[in-house]
Amino acid sequence: MQYLLLIYTPEIDPAAVPAEDQEAEMTAYRAFSAEAAERGFMRGGEALEPTATATTVRVRDGRTIVSDGPFAETKEALGGYYLLECPDLDTAIEMAAKIPGAARGSIEVRPIWALPMSMTPDAAAATAG
Amino acid sequence: MTEARAAVEAAFRAESGRTLAGLIRVLGDFELAEDAVQDAFVAALEHWPRDGVPDNPGAWITTTARRRAIDRLRRARVLADKQAILQAEADAEARVAAGGPTVDELEAQGVIPDDRLRLIFTCCHPALSPEARVALTLRTLGGLTTDEIARAFLVPEVTLAQRLVRAKRKIRDAGIPFRVPPDSLLPERLDSVLAVLYLVYNEGYLASGGDAALRLDLSAEAIRLARLLAELMPDEPEAIGLLALMLLHDARRAARIGPAGELVVLEEQDRSSWDGALIEEGTSLLDRAAAMRRPGPYQVQAAIAAVHDGATSAEGTDWQRIVTLYDLLRELSPTPVVELNRAAALAMAGGPEAGLTEIDRLVADGRLADYYLLHAARADLLRRAGQPEAAAIAYRQALAGTANRAEVAYLERRLAEVGGAPAGRA
Repeated sequence: MQYLLLIYTPEIDPAAVPAEDQEAEMTAYRAFSAEAAERGFMRGGEALEPTATATTVRVRDGRTIVSDGPFAETKEALGGYYLLECPDLDTAIEMAAKIPGAARGSIEVRPIWALPMSMTPDAAAATAG
Repeated sequence: MTEARAAVEAAFRAESGRTLAGLIRVLGDFELAEDAVQDAFVAALEHWPRDGVPDNPGAWITTTARRRAIDRLRRARVLADKQAILQAEADAEARVAAGGPTVDELEAQGVIPDDRLRLIFTCCHPALSPEARVALTLRTLGGLTTDEIARAFLVPEVTLAQRLVRAKRKIRDAGIPFRVPPDSLLPERLDSVLAVLYLVYNEGYLASGGDAALRLDLSAEAIRLARLLAELMPDEPEAIGLLALMLLHDARRAARIGPAGELVVLEEQDRSSWDGALIEEGTSLLDRAAAMRRPGPYQVQAAIAAVHDGATSAEGTDWQRIVTLYDLLRELSPTPVVELNRAAALAMAGGPEAGLTEIDRLVADGRLADYYLLHAARADLLRRAGQPEAAAIAYRQALAGTANRAEVAYLERRLAEVGGAPAGRA
């Protein structure tokens, strides 16, 4: 199954973080990516620019409404994600716990919805009856 | 006719968990497995009154459920390998029904795996909400109906049914594995299983806010499930410890409620009405667990219950030993509730003032501010220390925090004893 691991962490001003701490964080993320790739789980992953760069778009009555900022102002903001192919939720949880951001924020683990078009035989059996 | 119906119901209570667990393993789908078991139930209601109750009702149900699952799979035209596994198991079951080996023997030989352990772990997976874990465990392993569970937890049946549907969907769609967790995850996952069973037991023991007589006996259900777990995990001292704890508490059940439905506290209970057989069983289970030399919170709590159960009076209780056991429990699971119980034991061992010092520290701590038992314990100690006015205030604070009739009756009696009128409550 595929799982999207959403990394929510408190946003901090990079200027306030010592260079060696930033470097340590990068090294930890590289190690995580290497492990996910080595175990054959890696399907993708990116880091996001801070929420200060976010734009929210809504369409109401046919009108496009554009506003500055993220969808919801929260203490922890979406800072990046990984898309992993894991055998089950326990494995996805194990990987989520290894993401460096889990130690100062939280990781939301969301299974990718297996649309009927992309259904595997197993998934088809699971939904039969 | 009614006899056959009673036989069907009894067989389902005993066997549906095992049958369901086996089907879920092969099918990977709770709903399909439940439908097949339901089909077998309907078939039994049709056949047994007419043809008589089979010699081995359990095997009949398992076989029928497997065959119905095959039918359902055929209709849905899916995977041949699942059908093949079910067919092989149905054939083995048929040999059982024909007077061959029993299901237990086949399980012991590994012909049919006992899947109930996987089912327990799946139902108690931490990715499910605690309410869903409880409902799912009682529904699938306990074989209780949605209506029975709903009434036991005082929630509308629709709410409970939705909770079950959502949980089963999450198991399927989020890929919660149907297995006994590997060793690396076992301690944490076992804790979750034990917590679910203990919660069910406590809900039954202290049916908060409800009218106990009208409700299903959740304590008995919890004991049944704890027995099953202890049987399936004979090398887990905490699983055995939890069963021992439940039995050692249950031994005092009859003495705990007075003739008018009021709560009778430990020190005032008629100890001759305690159940000696349960105490003996609980104590020997505890000895077996302790011999494994891996102490845990359930074993320690069982040991505390065993000290009470072995004492002929409140005064004759080895309170010093109980304080020592609470010291150990505090190390294993440092919670304010444990601190509160320790303070109460300390008061029994060294006088009310010793306990009050500890309780006042807990009051200052604030984490138990809304916990009525903190106020009730403090009130009892103040009463015994000869401070009736302060005790009355504390009894009123405790009364504000509980709706349980038996407890209200007890607290109001104590309040009257210290000269306070039962003031109007919110």
